Amino acid sequence: MINGPKTLFEKIWQQHLVAEPEGEPSLLYIDLQLLHEVTSPQAFEGLRLAGRTVRNPNRCIATVDHNIPTTIEGRLNIVDQIAARQMSTLRQNCKDFGIELYDVDSPNQGIVHIIGPELGLTKPGMTIVCGDSHTSTHGAFGALAFGIGTSEVEHVLATQTLPQSRAKTFRIAVEGDLKPGVTAKDIVLAIIGKIGTDGATGCVIEFAGSAIRSLSMEGRMTVCNMSIEAGARAGLIAPDEKTFAYLKGRRFSPTGAAWEAAVAEWKKLPTDEGAKFDRELTIDAATLEPYVSWGTSPGMVAPITAAVPNPADAPNEIERKSLEKALEYMDLKAGTKLDAIEIDRVFIGSCTNGRIEDLRAAARIARGYKVSTRVSAMVVPGSQAVKSQAENEGLDKIFIAAGFEWREPGCSMCLAMNPDILAPGERCASTSNRNFEGRQGRGGRTHLVSPEMAAAAAIAGHFVDTRNWPVRNEAAKENA
Amino acid sequence: MEPIRTVTSIVAPLDRVNVDTDQIIPKQFLKRIERTGYGDFLFYDWRANAAGVADPGFVLNDPRYKGARILVAGKNFGCGASREHAAWALADYGFRVVIAPTFADIFFSNAGKNGIVLVRLSEEQVAELMHKASTKPNYQLTVSLEDLTVNDNDGFHAKFEVDAFRRYCLLEGLDDIGLTLRHEKALDTFEAKHNENFWLKAKVVQ
Ligand code: SF4
Repeated sequence: MINGPKTLFEKIWQQHLVAEPEGEPSLLYIDLQLLHEVTSPQAFEGLRLAGRTVRNPNRCIATVDHNIPTTIEGRLNIVDQIAARQMSTLRQNCKDFGIELYDVDSPNQGIVHIIGPELGLTKPGMTIVCGDSHTSTHGAFGALAFGIGTSEVEHVLATQTLPQSRAKTFRIAVEGDLKPGVTAKDIVLAIIGKIGTDGATGCVIEFAGSAIRSLSMEGRMTVCNMSIEAGARAGLIAPDEKTFAYLKGRRFSPTGAAWEAAVAEWKKLPTDEGAKFDRELTIDAATLEPYVSWGTSPGMVAPITAAVPNPADAPNEIERKSLEKALEYMDLKAGTKLDAIEIDRVFIGSCTNGRIEDLRAAARIARGYKVSTRVSAMVVPGSQAVKSQAENEGLDKIFIAAGFEWREPGCSMCLAMNPDILAPGERCASTSNRNFEGRQGRGGRTHLVSPEMAAAAAIAGHFVDTRNWPVRNEAAKENA
Repeated sequence: MEPIRTVTSIVAPLDRVNVDTDQIIPKQFLKRIERTGYGDFLFYDWRANAAGVADPGFVLNDPRYKGARILVAGKNFGCGASREHAAWALADYGFRVVIAPTFADIFFSNAGKNGIVLVRLSEEQVAELMHKASTKPNYQLTVSLEDLTVNDNDGFHAKFEVDAFRRYCLLEGLDDIGLTLRHEKALDTFEAKHNENFWLKAKVVQ
């Protein structure tokens, strides 16, 4: 037991401790498991082989997102038979074990980390897992949410618990006001650039500070989503009025008196005054700019006003080698200004930036313009709900008029496990979270940016500083 | 899971830092629904070019390292996606030990569950092993999980640490679910009480 002031993480941890066996990891109760087609089949196979059942099907939901094609035709006729088999396996497993599935034809289908919050499944104080590292997204609600491997998926299905050793706590405070044109994505890219992709290994990050509190829930999800890219086990943001306002009235949120009682409980969660963190870091929001990644790791980022770094300036031999390798893969020369880098493709979507606010931001930039003739660009809403909301607001029309493709929800080109893939050598401005070699297709080159930066790059054909972008208020004229 | 005590084997040097799970097992192989058979696809994009022609410069294509059960690599091995397929691929290929200065968290736990011993040594020690494995023909190491030591016949000796519980599971080949079910009573009691916290229920039933 921890006495005295506690952090948000410690409160959630304590509320979920089933057992603390001597010399072993603690056994943590899991409130919600999200499942998708890629990392679950072997877990169900394991259950069957051992003659086990799902302990609590009501604490699980499933959807298809990673493999699913993002065109209507592609969905009606899935060419990739292995992908089709993975999806039909999920269908069968959900049926056999009594788990609610949001299938391709469901109005709730979407990327697993987008639909959880949307449906009000994700709530403050919960423990949430999914066989997917970006489960950290849900931490934006003050839930302890982390990615797990398939053996652990099986473990949670069978026992609704997980053996876990306690993480260290790391408070990152972003204080002050963001400059106009600087987004949640830029905050998190800046943090990863600063602390490195292993900068928070073993830690749960609590993002705090006035700049974080001023973000919308969508922005907070973007920040927590990429905490894994800094090596963290999870990211957390304390729940507040914005959190409650977002959750109110969602499908699985409590109502009436139960809602009031729930809010009262959630209000107890924020870190107590005087609680100690293992590590702390403060960042001045006013120093942040729009960022672009130039390398093959999410830590390889720089402000749009900067240039590709020179490996010769690396602090040591290992860093120099990894820089050279990255630049070679990315086909970039040291000293090239980032806004001079020309691109071939644009991908707006993913669990990092596929929510309604992201699409609004991109549409604001794209309105009245045309996508550069050298670029092919697509917008992939994160869920069916995001898609219909965007269509109600006419965002689809803005994108289509500007020459973007408007797609069906899924992970799409975030990881190219479906037909949306970069060709070798193609260069993409992407709102996703990983720029590893081959992530978006073998030989493909990924630059991570915010939705605004991606939309502007689509139009200009190269990266541009969106802070100087002349926003137009009228729609694009045909063949303008 | 097969119990594991001591591994003696030639050593494959993978001289790269931040080896991510997308490289260990590229995503095109994640569509399979089985747990086995991933070894052929380990480091697929590094082993062969797009046309499927093997790269003779890649360590696993080098006949000197055929049959290696120990892999030595740079820091932050296993970063990136949580895919357990990375551990399945390494194990299926035959690796039982990976030595590196640091490992990413999720990979660390996935490896343990699949009978792979992860050995953390200092940057200098790893550099020494990397050098020896690259230059000395038939260079072998013995990794003992019982003594928590790494030794060669050439004066290298190092101790490493493994979480005591993980070590016990690896040594005994124990399954995690079975271990947890020892606490079933505590779990039943906890869950009955925890379910009263309706504000933590996934699907609130009014
Ligand atoms: S959008 Fe990308 S990062 Fe998010 S769940 Fe899908 S594949 Fe993973």
